[in-house]
Amino acid sequence: MGEKVLMKGNEAIAEAAIRAGCLHYFGYPITPQTEIAAYMAKRMPKVGGVFLQAESEIAAINMVLGVAAAGKRVMTSSSSPGVSLKSEGMSYISGSDVPALVVNVQRGGPGLGGIQPSQSDYFQAVKGGSHGDYKRIVLAPASVQEMASLTTKAFDLADKYSILTMILADGTMGQMMEPVELETTEPVKYEKPWATTGTKMQRKHNIVNSLYLKPEELEKKNFERFAKYKTIEENEVMYEEYLMDDAEICVVSFGITSRVAKNAIVEARAKGIKVGMIRPITLWPFPTAVLNKAADKCKAFLSVEMNMGQMIEDVKLAIECKKPVHLCCRVGGMIPSPEEVLAKIEEINEGGDK
Amino acid sequence: MENKRITLFAGHYGSGKTNIAVNYALHLKEKYEKVVITDLDIVNPYFRTADSLNELTKAGIKLISSEFANSNVDLPALPQEVYSILDDRSAVAILDIGGDDRGAYALGRYEASIKEENDYEMLFVFNKYRPLTPDAKSAFEVMREIEAAGKIKFTAIVNNSNLGPLTTKEDVLDSLESANELASLSGLPVKMTTVDENLFNILNGEIENVFPLKLQKKIV
Repeated sequence: MGEKVLMKGNEAIAEAAIRAGCLHYFGYPITPQTEIAAYMAKRMPKVGGVFLQAESEIAAINMVLGVAAAGKRVMTSSSSPGVSLKSEGMSYISGSDVPALVVNVQRGGPGLGGIQPSQSDYFQAVKGGSHGDYKRIVLAPASVQEMASLTTKAFDLADKYSILTMILADGTMGQMMEPVELETTEPVKYEKPWATTGTKMQRKHNIVNSLYLKPEELEKKNFERFAKYKTIEENEVMYEEYLMDDAEICVVSFGITSRVAKNAIVEARAKGIKVGMIRPITLWPFPTAVLNKAADKCKAFLSVEMNMGQMIEDVKLAIECKKPVHLCCRVGGMIPSPEEVLAKIEEINEGGDK
Repeated sequence: MENKRITLFAGHYGSGKTNIAVNYALHLKEKYEKVVITDLDIVNPYFRTADSLNELTKAGIKLISSEFANSNVDLPALPQEVYSILDDRSAVAILDIGGDDRGAYALGRYEASIKEENDYEMLFVFNKYRPLTPDAKSAFEVMREIEAAGKIKFTAIVNNSNLGPLTTKEDVLDSLESANELASLSGLPVKMTTVDENLFNILNGEIENVFPLKLQKKIV
């Protein structure tokens, strides 16, 4: 790792991507992620890369598919409404089993919504959002440092499994400035024998496609894909445990809200309440096993999210409804305050909010 | 510290212009009855001078900002009242310009009357810990781009090199060489080195013209 610099979350993603060997960026501006495109526009020409502002999000994601098929590291970024536009192309990328990165710096919705931060695209990111049977690896950074390090990780995972990866951040994460240490080591290179790089008349054509008209073939393809997903679920789960050793209440929170929750947990601990947190870093694969284990000793769970309660469903599934799961949320661009989270923790501790 | 009637803050985006502009306005209010701060940032709708509206109002400083600032309407609009600070010369005015050359284009609208009055300081805010301005040479390039877009030449440099709340005394001291190099490249003086209030007492006396930033924005 190199020298410390002061970066916005959006810039950290862009710089980390370039350092990970991503020399192709296609995008379309939208608040609050525009700094990614602006940074790429400045830096790409200087490193021999391509920055292209497409005519639309739909065009951009299909350019991503093209470069991914040619085996090069490639990304696009947008914010909520823009990601909806990209979702068809994202399904084609999943159906073609090619590696690529999509960044979503979320804002409030639905519809045009607002430009302030939100986490209301959780379902879209991990439950579907595109058509068809597929999974994508979703990483949720909670600091500007993680905006950089998880971008590096996202490219590695994409190449390792030939899969679409997503960074699910939010407007606050994109805009806030923190010191970052950037990666200085050479990016890991992955073999891509399937890439359409030209046969030079020496091999059979490689074909990258998501069309399988014979149902038997398409079913087989789906089975193979889900076998790969199972390997990912077994090997790539990432989470952070905070003060969980003796915790009776387990807060579950990702991204920006996990930072708010941490402040509330410190306050609650000072009042003698035994509370800790499990912070999913990969939203898919979800840290199911560790949550299920926590349900054997904790008396209650509290999901803190900036949506009307989306991840809470995965928490309930993970713990097989062994214990009550409560919700603390703000929406529409509002961020819950540590006081609000603390009040909820106290309420649960006293046996309320059933 | 001497000042002109109009002080303009410009620089690479994320270098701390808005933060300094707000603190500088509070500083000038100690000397002058009528202080006006104007938000000319049409680039970034997220961080605005208007975030400090309460502190500014309490201090008796007038804030002129776009009626769309902080309204979440993502509209690059300039406040019509900007002309009042050019016409009413009894007020001391601070102009917070948007980042980079893109932000400075807004300035082109007002440059003629600012130059005609000729009682202004155009300050370049420099943070060597920003990834695209790690040295004097890269910062000098940004300076020239801003001057070309805003049509006003810089008159001095503000060294705001920092790593946020984690900034150490050494970080500031290490930045002086680059700031001085930028000064000699551009032929301009370093007007001040801005530091968080906590570092002010440690660095005051050790380096020249240290300016404390009392008001700092922190989100989470």
